[in-house]
Order: sequence, then structure tokens, then C-alpha cells
Amino acid sequence: MDNKAKEPLIHLTKRGQIPLYKAILIRIIAIVIALIVCAVITGLTTGINPLEVYSSIISGAFGSVRKTWITFQDLSILLIISLALTIAFRMRFWNIGGEGQVLMGGLGAAACMICLGERIPNAVLIILMIISSLVLGAIWGFIPAFCKAVWNTNETLSTLMMNYIATQIVLYYTILWEVPKGSGKIGIINQNSHAGWLPQLFGSKYLLPIVVAAAVTAFTYIYIKYTKHGYEIRVVGESPKTSVYVGINVKKVIIRTMILSGALCGLVGLILVAGINHTLTPTISDGRGFTAVLVSWMAQFNPFAMIATSFIIVFMDRGAGEIATSFDLNQSFGDILTGIILFFIIGCEFFVNYEIHIRNHKKERER
Amino acid sequence: MLGFLAFIPRAVAQGIPLLFGCTGEIVTEKSGNLNLGLPGVMYVGAISGVIGSFFYENSVGSGSVNPALAILIPLACSIAGSVIMGLIYSFLVVTLRANQNVTGLAMTTFGVGFGNFFGGSLIKLSRADIPSISLSKTSACFRARLPFSDSTGWFGDLFLSYGFLAYTAIVVALIVAYVLKKTRIGLNLRAVGENPSTADAAGINVTKYKYTATCVGCVIAGLGGLYYVMDYACGIWSNDAFGDRGWLAIALVIFTLWKADLGILASILFGGLYILHLYIPTGMDHMERKELYKMIPYVVTLVVLIITSMRNRREDQPPQSLGINYFREER
Repeated sequence: MDNKAKEPLIHLTKRGQIPLYKAILIRIIAIVIALIVCAVITGLTTGINPLEVYSSIISGAFGSVRKTWITFQDLSILLIISLALTIAFRMRFWNIGGEGQVLMGGLGAAACMICLGERIPNAVLIILMIISSLVLGAIWGFIPAFCKAVWNTNETLSTLMMNYIATQIVLYYTILWEVPKGSGKIGIINQNSHAGWLPQLFGSKYLLPIVVAAAVTAFTYIYIKYTKHGYEIRVVGESPKTSVYVGINVKKVIIRTMILSGALCGLVGLILVAGINHTLTPTISDGRGFTAVLVSWMAQFNPFAMIATSFIIVFMDRGAGEIATSFDLNQSFGDILTGIILFFIIGCEFFVNYEIHIRNHKKERER
Repeated sequence: MLGFLAFIPRAVAQGIPLLFGCTGEIVTEKSGNLNLGLPGVMYVGAISGVIGSFFYENSVGSGSVNPALAILIPLACSIAGSVIMGLIYSFLVVTLRANQNVTGLAMTTFGVGFGNFFGGSLIKLSRADIPSISLSKTSACFRARLPFSDSTGWFGDLFLSYGFLAYTAIVVALIVAYVLKKTRIGLNLRAVGENPSTADAAGINVTKYKYTATCVGCVIAGLGGLYYVMDYACGIWSNDAFGDRGWLAIALVIFTLWKADLGILASILFGGLYILHLYIPTGMDHMERKELYKMIPYVVTLVVLIITSMRNRREDQPPQSLGINYFREER
């Protein structure tokens, strides 16, 4: 009897396989609870009817045709960054440097637009922009990867530092290229000639990122799942020792994968600078390099599930902007709500991965 | 020489928030938890203190504040805020075994949003023309110097010219270094961080150590936020002013190789690097170069990171189970 009294009431075991519907159900319940908690907190801190807040979140994301397009455009941008990071995450390489890689990609595009714009044919210019964006993004992925591969440098922190270095480099060029002098901004690049602006697809200025995102999603899925490279990435991620044993060159895989990851982030920089904003600012990535880490992880590194998770984030973010203006609240309120929802989504993974057994002593004794 | 003497106190003032953050993160990481939510925790620590002192100052009105209360109220609020953040992190990571990187980033999103939202709301409440809150009375208590610091010349400027939280930071760092190195609790904590299953087998309550270390670490880090607002920024809260210091503090942990006593010198050095760009003459024609000089602390961190990994000495390594959650039944 004494032994039993000391036994903990709850006993945890790791689940082997969980039916898909159950896993999805757990996540949906978590999101619903999160929304209720958010509603209560909104009511308590601001005194606003939470239902009104939710309806304005929806109208912020889908209130008009233009808003809907922008929601999908933001969704695509976040999705591409998440996919880029996912390739690295599959290898258990924690690339937190999406922010810096996007910035450097944007810098590459902007540099071509400013220095070569209106001097060479537009088609050549755009090709040069694509190359320089991809290369700069890739370099920003290569440096931490090289250090990781050769000296096993902690990649979480090295990629983080690369972000700040990129920000300062962009700030430097922002002041160098500022128009007009002293404004601290580059302003719209090639406003009159539109040199280097990415072309509009089917007459819609929002469609290009969406098409690119769809292509990158399909590419990433196939790359991870069906190619030799993808297989090597997964083996290196699961067990570096196994990969050495089966003859995979771990260093080469790490560097190659991060070059690809960085280049995809650089592509986002190109789209942001040449396709959407037509200018370069140090905040052009707007924290998406970090958000993408969450998006990728919440989707369990599955490219298609990432469409859903990045939708949740973008939806909340766009809604938060609307709340801020319509209730005269601070933009940061959206961050609080997003944070709470994230906590619940992160927490619910526990119930997907572990099974809880409550020990019932009476029953055991009856046996 | 005079310029250098003026530079040191400023570097120290810049370094103290980093020192608090670094010490807190060392305590947390020694238990095997990599808390990337540190920037968020420091924001919450800062804004909680601001909220406390804001309402205290308003309740006093135009009268004078009681110095003891003016210090204790923000301090208590700040500690409470940080502990709650620590509990959220520990619950998700230790009890629910969530991924540490992801949880940390979510905490940063939440914490920075929390700080800026309540900061913004208070700014609205105070109906000020400028987008900031000024808590000059509370700040005066936090910034109170030692009475004889003015009369001792350069010695006073160098060593005695700081508010009490700055000395607290150094004392806390020394205590943490001592506890980790010399006491049974420190030994147990290090065991939990290095190899939790061995620690568990030795009868150490892993969950308790992880929870306590994370919460204590968060409290220490939160004080860094409080110091920044109340002392360094003279009681003026403006949104996003705290910036990226939280991330730098995490980098400092690696820079110092998980040694809290080394953190004192390292954080002052970093504080100096952080403001070095103000002292490098650029002339009016090349203001853009300042932006390149601001890069220095990050480049130095990166280089140190690479050098420590190149040397690869056993005693310089991070706690072995850092970033990995412990599940007893996992083989």
C-alpha cells in the first residue's frame, strides 16, 4: 500500500502513431480554446466586446477585394520564407537568419535597380537582379552553414547575428542612396521609368508572389520527399552518425542545403523590393524571418500544412491592424493575441505526441 | 584620457541590462533550457515595473513619493511579470515538452507585444504630447547615487556613479557564479543541464530544478529591463526603445562560455562596443559609416562564437542537454 501511495497519479507515455483526424481535432480544440482565452483577455484589458474584435479581424483580412488580395500576398511571402527555412529545419539546422537573408536579397535587387536601372535593357536588368538577390541570400546562408559544418558553430546564434549585420549593411546603403538627402529613406526606386520593377501577371499586381509561392511549395515538397538531396537532408537531420556510415558527406549537405535555404529567402527579398514595395528599408522583412520559424514548426515541416499555418498568422496579423485602427488600440495588441494563440498551438503538440494515463487505483485493486 | 574616463561610465550603463540578461540566461541554460524568449521577458520585466510605478506616481499626484515604495512597487511588479513569463515557458517546455526554440520565439513575440501594447496604452492614459511615459520621480529614486560619489573625482565617476540596480547586477552575477561553481545546488543544477537522466537517477528532482532555474533566470533578466527604463532611460518608456539588447544578452552567454563572473567584464565590453559608434569620428560627409560601426558588437559576437567553436575545448562547451527536453521514459 505504501508503494502505491507514492505512485504519481498521472502517467505519460509517448504515442506511436496517432490517427490524422485525432491530431487535427486536438489542434482545432487548442485554437478554439486560444480564441476564447483571447476573447476574455481582450474583454478584461480593453473593455471591448470580444465578438466585435473578432468580426473586425475578419473584416481586416477579407473586408474588401483589395484587403483580400493583400492577405494572400502576405500569405505567399510568409509561406516562401517558411519553406526556405523548412529545408534547413529538416536537417535540424535552426536557421533563424531568414530575416537577414531576406534583407540581403532585397539589397541585391535594390542595388541593381539603383546602379544599373535605365542604363541597360530591362530584361537584362531583371535577370541581373534575380542573380544578385539569390547570390546575396545564399551567401548569408553559406557563412553560418560553413561554420557549422567545419567547426560545429551554434547556428541558432550565428544566424541571429547575421540578421543584425544585414540590418546594419542595409542601413548603411539606405543612407548612401537616400533620396532626397537627409530623409533617411530610399523612396520609390525608378518611379518614372519603372526600370527593374517585376512585371505584373495577368494585369494583377498581387498575383506574382502568389504564383511564386505555389511553385516554391510544390518544389519544396518534391525536393524533400522525392529527391536524393531531400533524402540526404533527412538522414543528416535524424542522425549525423548514420549519414557518415552510409557515406553521405555531411559537410557538403549542410552547406548545400543552407545555400538553397538562403537563396530562397533572397528570392523573397527580390519580390518584396522589386515586386511589391519598390523600395528598400531595413524593416522590409518585418519580423517574418522569425514568424516563419513558428509557421514551419507548427506545420510539422510539411509544406502543404504550412499554407494553413501561415494563413493563421497572416490572418491574425492583418486583423490586428484593423483592430488597431477601428478601436483606437495599439498595433501591438495583435502581437499579444498572436502570442497567446501560439502558446496554445505549441502546448497542444504535447497531447498529440503523448498519451496521458490517469491511474485508477480502485480498478487495479479490484483486479 | 578625459574622454576615456567619460566613456567608461556610459559603457557600464549600457552593459548593465546586458549583464542582467546574460546572468539570467546562464542560470536558465545551466538547467538545459535555451530560453530564446529572453528579449520578451526583459520587455515584460520593464513594462511591469513601469505599470506599477505609473499607477503609484499617479496616486501620489503632485506630492512627493516615498522613496522606499517608489522602488519596491516597480521592483515587485517587475519580478511578478518576469516570474509569470518564466512559468509560461517552463510549463510549455518542461511539462508539455514543447520545442524550446519555437516556444522562445513565441514568448518574444508575446513579450515585446505586451510591452509595446501596455506602453502605448499608458501613453494614451497620460495624455502626453510626446509618445513616451516619463516617470521622473521613480527614476530619481532608482538613480540615487551614493552620497560621497561627487566628492571623489574620477574615482567616484568610475565606480560610484551608478544607481543601486547596477551594483545589484554585479552582486547577482557574482552570487550566481559562486552558487554554480561551489554549492550543492549549483552542482545539481549543472547535472540537470548536462545529463538529466543521470541527475534523475541520482535522486535530483529534474522538473523542480528546471522550473526554478528558468523562473529565477527570468527574474534576473527582467531586472535588466527594469534597470534600462528606470535608470538608463531616466524613467522614460517609449515603445521599442529597448531594442535588440535581449538577443545580445543571449549572445553574451556564449561569449562568456556560461561563466557568470566573466559576464561582468564581457557585458561592460559589449556596452562599450554598443556605443562605440558615437566616439568614432566620421565627419558630416560620411554619416552612413556610423551604421557600419554599429555592426561591431554583432561581428565581434559572431567571431567569438566561431573562435570558441574552433577551439572546441571540453570545459567551454554548452550544457550537454541544452535545447533538449527531458522525458523520463525515453530511452
